[in-house]
Amino acid sequence: MIALFACMLLLLIGLYAVVTKRNIIRIIIGFSLVEYAVNLFFALVGFKHNGIPPIITEVAQSRSNFVDPVPQALVLTAIVIGLATTALMLALAMRIYEKYRTFDITEIRRLKG
Amino acid sequence: MDANILPLFVVIPMATAFLIPLLAKLWQRSSDLTANAAGAALLGISVYGAAQLFGANPVLIYRMGGWASSLGITLVYDHLTALVALAVNAVGLAALLFSVRYIDHYTGRWKFFSLFMLVLAGLNGVAITGDIFNLFVFIEISAVSSYALVAFGTDFDELEAGFKYMVIGEIGGTAILLAIALLYAKASTLNMAVISEVMAGFGRTPLFWFIVATFLVGFAVKMAMVPFHAWLPDAHPSAPAPVSALLSGVFIKVLGVYAMSRLMFNVFGLSRDTAPMFFNLLLGFGVLSIVAGGLLAYAQKDYKRLLAYSSVSQIGYILIGLGIGNYWGIVGALFHILAHALGKGLLFLTAGSVEHATGSRDLDRLSGLEKSMPVTAWSHLLGSLSLAGVPPFAGFFSKLFIVVGAVYAKMYWLAILAALFSTITLGYLVKVVNKAFFTHKDRESTPTREVPATMLIAMLGLVVLTMALGIGFKPVLDRLVGPAANVLLQGIGYAQGVLGR
Repeated sequence: MIALFACMLLLLIGLYAVVTKRNIIRIIIGFSLVEYAVNLFFALVGFKHNGIPPIITEVAQSRSNFVDPVPQALVLTAIVIGLATTALMLALAMRIYEKYRTFDITEIRRLKG
Repeated sequence: MDANILPLFVVIPMATAFLIPLLAKLWQRSSDLTANAAGAALLGISVYGAAQLFGANPVLIYRMGGWASSLGITLVYDHLTALVALAVNAVGLAALLFSVRYIDHYTGRWKFFSLFMLVLAGLNGVAITGDIFNLFVFIEISAVSSYALVAFGTDFDELEAGFKYMVIGEIGGTAILLAIALLYAKASTLNMAVISEVMAGFGRTPLFWFIVATFLVGFAVKMAMVPFHAWLPDAHPSAPAPVSALLSGVFIKVLGVYAMSRLMFNVFGLSRDTAPMFFNLLLGFGVLSIVAGGLLAYAQKDYKRLLAYSSVSQIGYILIGLGIGNYWGIVGALFHILAHALGKGLLFLTAGSVEHATGSRDLDRLSGLEKSMPVTAWSHLLGSLSLAGVPPFAGFFSKLFIVVGAVYAKMYWLAILAALFSTITLGYLVKVVNKAFFTHKDRESTPTREVPATMLIAMLGLVVLTMALGIGFKPVLDRLVGPAANVLLQGIGYAQGVLGR
């Protein structure tokens, strides 16, 4: 239960950073926090207290409290997707810096209306 | 043979996307050919698949690797998928053909086509998948490639729009992932058909509504419904024109409207009778989108920005069609997905050819283009008439069905509002026609000449499809849109079809 609240807290911290920060790099860090929070939550979905690895052995056949392996596989996929998005965000941040010579989003405002 | 074509919807664009860089090393322009051939093949198999559905088969199912439905990934091709796949691949092929000459403005020809094929792979994947995590993966594949395509010009505007789009879009994507995690915690399976059977016995608890709301936030961002629309008017105009056509024409509808309605109707089994609040919420957001998008579009000076706001407004029509929730409302919404995909795709391509020929999108500077670019001008006019709902074009029938649905549901104020705001649509589209294409007395015509043949063919193809959809609305309604609306209306009956029980 504490872990779930920690996830929620991490998510809120990340969202706070995305919404309020002016520096692009901090926004990206905030976004990464949101993503980690969701991944952690997803991994916790499969968690069992005193669970055993989901591998069929002689010991394991007599017990039924396997940890669900599917969320772990899904989280791995989500982490890889997160890697792609973070890399692209950082690449955009670099190109923005080359053009505007600043990371401050309040100075990067040409589109409106 | 029947269902074995289903993996090709993902395999063809995905393989092409990675083949293009290899072939481009040998011959620079090979990417045009490869990409267009793949686009044509995709359109071919979506037509073939739809033709299969007209026969005895109500639904085509393919189980990846032969695993049982509850374990493996299932691909599903029913009438709703057919409708979406046809729209995606028709607009996709037109945009690819248009890109061949348009992309001369940019460097990195093969990078463009490679990213474009990845977007198509994601969109087709979202349309055919029957697995909820697979849905998320395809959403992210197409979304990440679209962020790169929006920023493709790497100039001031493109970078700003790309970054903004990316941050907002990824928050939406993360919301979808969170909702999937919650759903998995309850249902312990990823197959959408099995989930719908589990959720049917789950009851309408607060957690159920929390999952629905989290999904709704994610899809609302992807479809740019007001008030989640802030990224769209920046992102769509900044992308290269063929990409704008794909994004505005089909991307927001596949990732937002299609994925949302598939989950809400078929997986969660919501319907107007059992969940009136949810449908009223859709109506509210729909009306808000129509009004805000339409009025903001009216005030724009940038050609493509005006069209982008118009997309926000037209998404509102699709939402109220779904929100009305009876047969005619949903038929109207689905018909509008087709009509708007073709119409808005066409308008963005004409905007692209104006930009290609004159180098400007400023409505105050363009004038009298009808003299020098007659094909573009008349294509634009026909596309505008269709979107504004002038008979006998496609947009007229979609709005007619939505109004009929509203009248059947006894929501007369909604019928009046929908009819009223289609005149606003006509207003801002005529403003473009007036300012850019037909001569003003006090202004010189902008000197220019007509765009190359491939671009004209792409535009004319969409014009023909728009006209055909309007004039031949009856067979389309009977064969495709009507059955697709029934797929949504059957609710969790979807599971029985997919699981073959």
